Amino acid sequence: MSSTATGIGAPVRRKEDFRFITGHGQYTDDVVRPGETKAVFVRSPHAHAKIKNIDVSAAKKMPGVVDILTGAQLATDKIGNLICGWMIHSKDGTPMKMSAHPALAASKVNCVGDAVAVVIAETTAQGKDAAEKVIVDYEVLKAVIDPAKAQAKDAPQIHADIPNNTIYQWHLGDAKAVAAAFAAAKHVTKIDLVNNRLSPNAMEPRAALAEYDEGTDNLTLWNTSQNPHVARLVIAAFVGMAPEHKLRVIAPDVGGGFGSKIFIYPEEVVCLWAARKVKRPVKWTSDRSEAFLTDAHGRDHVTHAELALDANGKILALRAKTIANLGAYMSTFSSSVPTYLYATLLSGQYNIPSIYCEVDAVYTNTAPVDAYRGAGRPEATFVIERLVEVSARQLGLDPVDLRRRNFITAFPHQTPVIMAYDAGDYNASLKKALEIADVKGFGKRKREAARHGKLRGIGYSTYIEACGIAPSQAVGSLGAGVGLWESAEVRVNPTGSVEVLTGCHAHGQGHETTFAQLVSERLGIPFENVSIVHGDTDKVQFGMGTYGSRSGAVGMSAIVKALDKIEAKAKKVAAYVLEAAEGDIEFKDGKFTVAGTDKSAAWGDVALNAYIAHKFVGADLEPGLKETSFYDPTNFTFPAGCHICEVEVDIETGKTEIVNWTAVDDFGTIINPMIVEGQVHGGIAQGVGQAMMEGVVYSAEGQLVSGSFMDYTMPRAHDLPSFHVGLTETKSPSNPLGIKGCGEAGAIASPAAVINAITDAIGSEDLAMPATANAVWSALQRATPRQAA
Amino acid sequence: MYNFTFHRPTTVRQAAGLLSRNPEAKLLAGGHSLLPVMKLRLAQPSALIDLSQVEGIVGVELKGRSISIGAMTRHADVANSPVLKEAMPGLAAVPGSIGDPQVRNRGTIGGSIANNDPNADYPAACLGLGATIITNKRRIAADDFFTGMFSTALEEGEIIVRISFPIAKKAGYEKFKHPASGFALVGVFASKRGSDIRVAVTGAGSNGVFRVPTFEEALKKRFSPKSLEGLTIPAAGMNSDIHATPEYRAHLVGVLARRAVAKAVG
Repeated sequence: MSSTATGIGAPVRRKEDFRFITGHGQYTDDVVRPGETKAVFVRSPHAHAKIKNIDVSAAKKMPGVVDILTGAQLATDKIGNLICGWMIHSKDGTPMKMSAHPALAASKVNCVGDAVAVVIAETTAQGKDAAEKVIVDYEVLKAVIDPAKAQAKDAPQIHADIPNNTIYQWHLGDAKAVAAAFAAAKHVTKIDLVNNRLSPNAMEPRAALAEYDEGTDNLTLWNTSQNPHVARLVIAAFVGMAPEHKLRVIAPDVGGGFGSKIFIYPEEVVCLWAARKVKRPVKWTSDRSEAFLTDAHGRDHVTHAELALDANGKILALRAKTIANLGAYMSTFSSSVPTYLYATLLSGQYNIPSIYCEVDAVYTNTAPVDAYRGAGRPEATFVIERLVEVSARQLGLDPVDLRRRNFITAFPHQTPVIMAYDAGDYNASLKKALEIADVKGFGKRKREAARHGKLRGIGYSTYIEACGIAPSQAVGSLGAGVGLWESAEVRVNPTGSVEVLTGCHAHGQGHETTFAQLVSERLGIPFENVSIVHGDTDKVQFGMGTYGSRSGAVGMSAIVKALDKIEAKAKKVAAYVLEAAEGDIEFKDGKFTVAGTDKSAAWGDVALNAYIAHKFVGADLEPGLKETSFYDPTNFTFPAGCHICEVEVDIETGKTEIVNWTAVDDFGTIINPMIVEGQVHGGIAQGVGQAMMEGVVYSAEGQLVSGSFMDYTMPRAHDLPSFHVGLTETKSPSNPLGIKGCGEAGAIASPAAVINAITDAIGSEDLAMPATANAVWSALQRATPRQAA
Repeated sequence: MYNFTFHRPTTVRQAAGLLSRNPEAKLLAGGHSLLPVMKLRLAQPSALIDLSQVEGIVGVELKGRSISIGAMTRHADVANSPVLKEAMPGLAAVPGSIGDPQVRNRGTIGGSIANNDPNADYPAACLGLGATIITNKRRIAADDFFTGMFSTALEEGEIIVRISFPIAKKAGYEKFKHPASGFALVGVFASKRGSDIRVAVTGAGSNGVFRVPTFEEALKKRFSPKSLEGLTIPAAGMNSDIHATPEYRAHLVGVLARRAVAKAVG
């Protein structure tokens, strides 16, 4: 509980909201530089084609055109390719096969929307007019869209250097032990799943503004990034745009990311390159159509999975084979999502002696696929939670009971798939959820629904995730190209107010509020006297950004470490001020006291004395009060919980309504319960979107059919009930605050809960996501044709 | 969006004159279908003739045994019209189901009917009530007006000025919303006015709005949902897209027709 009204655990209103809801946010597109030009990309209308010729002569004569640049010029200028920063090795030991990803395609396009040229113009409208006059001569090739068909012998070869379009054939676990367990099993449950492809659809579209200063030879990039330092590192070290110290990346206010703004995209590279060429600032802001085509998509797995159980419903082993679609190019962290962020969570909350998972990652003629809220963990949860639910039904057991029989109850627990769960109480979250959801009364509700022509079903998802990404040595041993620690700098001003510079980046999470709560609590100073600075590589020491529910567990831990140093230094200053021994100084509620006396100094006095340095000499103590820390976690964190979904299906139309939702989550220590609840709500909405509405659809030729909100169904408020949200708490032992993270849980837990509920209602497992009314009706037809007719 | 000339006439006569002088011009009657396709550069009219200031083509009136609605009447104003709610609530429900508040406060009945989107709601109401579309040149029966997907009997230079709906004692509209767009994935309007029984379907047909004679025949015996039990229409000729199969749309026509009749008989 909070010791102050604005400290840890207080539901403080968000500081940043006044700015956002009054239209004072400063997003990339709001930044305007003198002499700014606009970039308009010429994009491929074909999914797969050779570029025979690009003729820009007519387009260059159009009004307002500053320049038109192509992939050939990009190559001439030796601008490097975009890269994927996580090495995965195939089961035969060979490294993954990554093909070249130039920011502008020069010889071949591999998906619709692939950029082949850029028009730099005075206005966007003039740029669009000119882009239409760029004549690209394509030789159209056959495309492959379906990941399950990408490896076929007769499938079109997308990259000449990648045979069978296969990036890697990876595996994890003990195949032999799993085979033996299956051979001895009393019951085997088999399921085939598709984890549907999703479009991220952040409210703010991606944008980039690049400016070149001829006088200093410095480049500045404002862009919609979740991790500006990583963007700078990749653009400097791999793309070779400029040395790191000559490139400044600023990610100002960013309106949502959900993972899609982690990655380094072609457009920001092209804007930087073009700004230096035309010697004027260059801005690109994606429109919604471009966003659908070019933002990295999420999920897109095809999986066969099996669960082996003994006669008592004890799980013996799990095996899964997944084909993961990575699209036309390998995006920045794409390789890690279907491997170490996926198969490592297949144990769920259960004690499973052996697990074996094989993953083939393939290229297809579609947009790149990378991390999207949950990233690998929703896919894992969907596999294990569907397997458990279906097993219970096949064995005639209560799904709750089957879960209880297999829950991990002793910690730490080493799973057979790398992860060592450090703390949790799965029975506690299940028990609380069963009470809140009034599961005892479900039978009565089901009968009542039947009287109104409705099929009522209930579905569970007892999920786990690995967050607080991540201990650097661990991820390094698994192939990560970077460490995943976090940094903080705490600057105390002479008047006692505090600025915290964090390497995390907020794009909806509310760090300006929650991080200030931590400082307010620790230093006993008013919440208003703390400001949080983030998102600018010239201001903030190196940082890794925000994703993987890491900002609390890792970013705030770095702040804690810096605050520890601040407190230690301030005590030294206080000792001089109070003329006492350093060992006798105590600090509490913003006041320094001398043990056993009534002497005290306020926080502000000590801060001022640190800077005026009148009471001590430099030889004994350095002036100033500013400390930096880099914090590397000792383990992942393991948020877990239980979501229960109740649905009613209209028998005649298949239309499904979610009538009840209970979420009981264990996020460890909670900084701001209001913000946490908001994260849970948003996560559930996205998970329900995946389960019932959303789905990226390409035609067989590779045209994006779901290319607008007229065809891509986003969840809306009226699609969702009021959620019943509860919490349990076991603290994470892996960071000083005991935080586990809450940003992704809802999206991870909910798809399985929804599908388990609908399949319970209709009495058939034959239902894929998104479970639209048409899909549910068709499943009913297949299961009980007469009843549903 | 490409460049265009903008006109804002104040009389139907002026508007018709502008239209005949600018064969590539488009009438702007709300713009919720036209402006998005212009923004996407999929339409390039030479001129927009904005009808919002044209006199005498706005409002809902009771005229004898008909309801007359001016072409430029906004969906929200039709939905909230006390006259219409009293005379025929089943028709008032149609504009109330269109889009969202922004759309309902800009979009107009004339714009919707002239566009004849195969998923729009108003065409079902016009056909399902046997409305008369009154233009600056003539009167066109709804049965003759809707000629196919995005296609109508309107000739060059012809402007809808009002729509006259005969008041049916029993009228009901049931809509299954397209999950993404909010248009009708399938919508059915059913009415009974004396011996004239109509069932009109929007959203389902690959050729736009249509009537269902078999259902109408069945309802002649008794105008009740029970009369339609077990009746369906063939899947052939139904729309197919990523949101619904032809079989599902055909099935929904049966379900929604029963529900529309149930609403109509209240």
